[in-house]
Amino acid sequence: MKKTLFDKVWDSHVVHKIENGPDVLFIDRHMVHEVTSPVAFIGLKTRGIPVMYPNRTFATADHNTPTINQHLPVADPLSANQLKALEENAAEHGISYWGLGHEKNGIVHVVGPEYGITQPGATIVCGDSHTSTHGAFGAIAFGIGTSEVEMVLATQCIMQQKAKSMRINVNGELNKGVTPKDVALYIISKLTTSGATGYFVEYAGDVFTNMSMEGRMTVCNLSIEMGARGGMIAPDQKTFDYIQGREFTPVGADLEKAQEYWKTLSTDEGAEFDKEISFDASDIEPMITYGTNPGMGIGISKGIPLAEAVEGGVATYKKSLHYMNYSEGEDMIGKPIDFVFLGSCTNGRIEDFRAFASIVKGRKKADNVTAWLVPGSHQVEAAIKEEGILDILHEAGFELREPGCSACLAMNDDKVPAGKYAVSTSNRNFEGRQGPGSRTLLASPLVAAAAAVTGKVTDPREFL
Amino acid sequence: MAYDKFNILKTSAVPLPIENVDTDQIIPARFLKATERKGFGDNLFRDWRYNADNTPKEDFALNNPKYSGKILVGGKNFGSGSSREHAAWAVYDYGFRCVVSSFFADIFKNNCLNIGVLPVQVSPAFLENIFAAIEADPETLLEVNLPEQTITLTTTGEQEHFDINDYKKENMLNGFDDIDYLLNIKENIREFALNTPL
Ligand code: SF4
Repeated sequence: MKKTLFDKVWDSHVVHKIENGPDVLFIDRHMVHEVTSPVAFIGLKTRGIPVMYPNRTFATADHNTPTINQHLPVADPLSANQLKALEENAAEHGISYWGLGHEKNGIVHVVGPEYGITQPGATIVCGDSHTSTHGAFGAIAFGIGTSEVEMVLATQCIMQQKAKSMRINVNGELNKGVTPKDVALYIISKLTTSGATGYFVEYAGDVFTNMSMEGRMTVCNLSIEMGARGGMIAPDQKTFDYIQGREFTPVGADLEKAQEYWKTLSTDEGAEFDKEISFDASDIEPMITYGTNPGMGIGISKGIPLAEAVEGGVATYKKSLHYMNYSEGEDMIGKPIDFVFLGSCTNGRIEDFRAFASIVKGRKKADNVTAWLVPGSHQVEAAIKEEGILDILHEAGFELREPGCSACLAMNDDKVPAGKYAVSTSNRNFEGRQGPGSRTLLASPLVAAAAAVTGKVTDPREFL
Repeated sequence: MAYDKFNILKTSAVPLPIENVDTDQIIPARFLKATERKGFGDNLFRDWRYNADNTPKEDFALNNPKYSGKILVGGKNFGSGSSREHAAWAVYDYGFRCVVSSFFADIFKNNCLNIGVLPVQVSPAFLENIFAAIEADPETLLEVNLPEQTITLTTTGEQEHFDINDYKKENMLNGFDDIDYLLNIKENIREFALNTPL
């Protein structure tokens, strides 16, 4: 039978099938962070059972960590407590832990690929919905709840029904100023935040073939924002080159054997998807969101849609615009902003900092803007320095913070105040996501940079 | 974690006719700092429920004394966004045992089933009727019958069948969780792992 990429990876990990029930799926690699794991470890303790395969779980601290003065004790007692709990749990069960200050510390979905934990054909889970990021390597990767974290710790398996399959094709040439983030926001705006619920998505077509690994991670990362359980891209030479030589990547004969297998990981010609959608790359322009879910995005040169033109609940739509203090039909260009956030597992990699620097170079940060530039990991931070990007940022009046999730979910001190607007390269613009009452405009690093130097929503193509 | 068995639930319901309710609303991130599963019900819908000075927002359904019951009825695409199971815990800990909507986000639905909250997906038309019935009479009773897989609007007798797979149904009826099952097949898993090098 002809198989999709998703079928190949999923089917090869089924330990046991339950009739009219879920599959028992073996998990190759499990990433853990401080927020969704403590209760899972308590569960193990209550049951009196150990972690079954500690060497398949990797722990990092990211959600709750400060992004300045990381060498000092964490001031917030609750955050400090959660970090301590993870450190102790990891030590007790023999799990590698990359805590604050550790050279490998960073956002879970940034460090996984950096150290070669993420590999083609693997099943990867984490108690975080953006685990879908790792799908960029042709892995099945998805977010799970804490009960499932406990399952994986206890048995290295989870129980889930196989998702339906969807292929999203984007072919053609991308326009100037259009980044992987824009491609993803465009797709979500077309599918809505529930358009892919129940599906696992494969991205295919020239646009993804030509995209860098970083770009592919950005796209797969955002799969969850259209409701998909995850997204994946077939591995190719670019994938193999990226993986080569990383700490957890196989070497020598093992690598050759692995590569042999990885090369079989593509959808068979003629394999059927439950749903298939195609877009034309040339239709996509730099995107920005105007509402309170990631599906509420438009080309930056366009106006906010009228309620009557929007599918679904008008009341919900109006509630959302009310929260943003925007009106139907208004232009997005020129709207004042207060904060810029560059970072997160969506856009906190080196390529994102290069893009941001390409626009702010030789310009100055706008006085009305507070900018938080947060690398996704220490590796990214090091590259920013090495490549001279830090100097460019400093000259333009920006500072670099230390790695972590930061204002993506504002669990630490990086909170956007109530009523203020932030152009953010993260992934969610939900009410209060970046701090109670905060208003988020999701966009690419280029759009964020243009806003950071002008103090308002600005078309980045003006600067390219 | 073990939870109470679910069989037949007949109760009034709290309406939340809003679409795309995301888990950041159900439980905002700043309440995820606990290391134990305790007290999440107090912060269910925190920012919709309370003003910045912690006074209740009178017009929010959970603060409206005319609404009560163990069923939460939400708009389409309920539970989107973050995978935080804390959202499902908050729903459970507040006292809801069942969430009704015309569409659920995937991870939230899974999380609910794993902790003993029954997600019941109904047709958009039936959902509208439920909202209308509660609007007309907040004491309207809904009956959710898990063995029969039906949900009934008791005022009119209108009824729909809902889906749940046999395995999860069995778990909910007995208060079992997946780990019990997985621990029983540990030998199969071990064998599988032998052939799946890291
Ligand atoms: S950066 Fe944001 S989305 Fe990514 S793991 Fe951290 S909190 Fe989650």
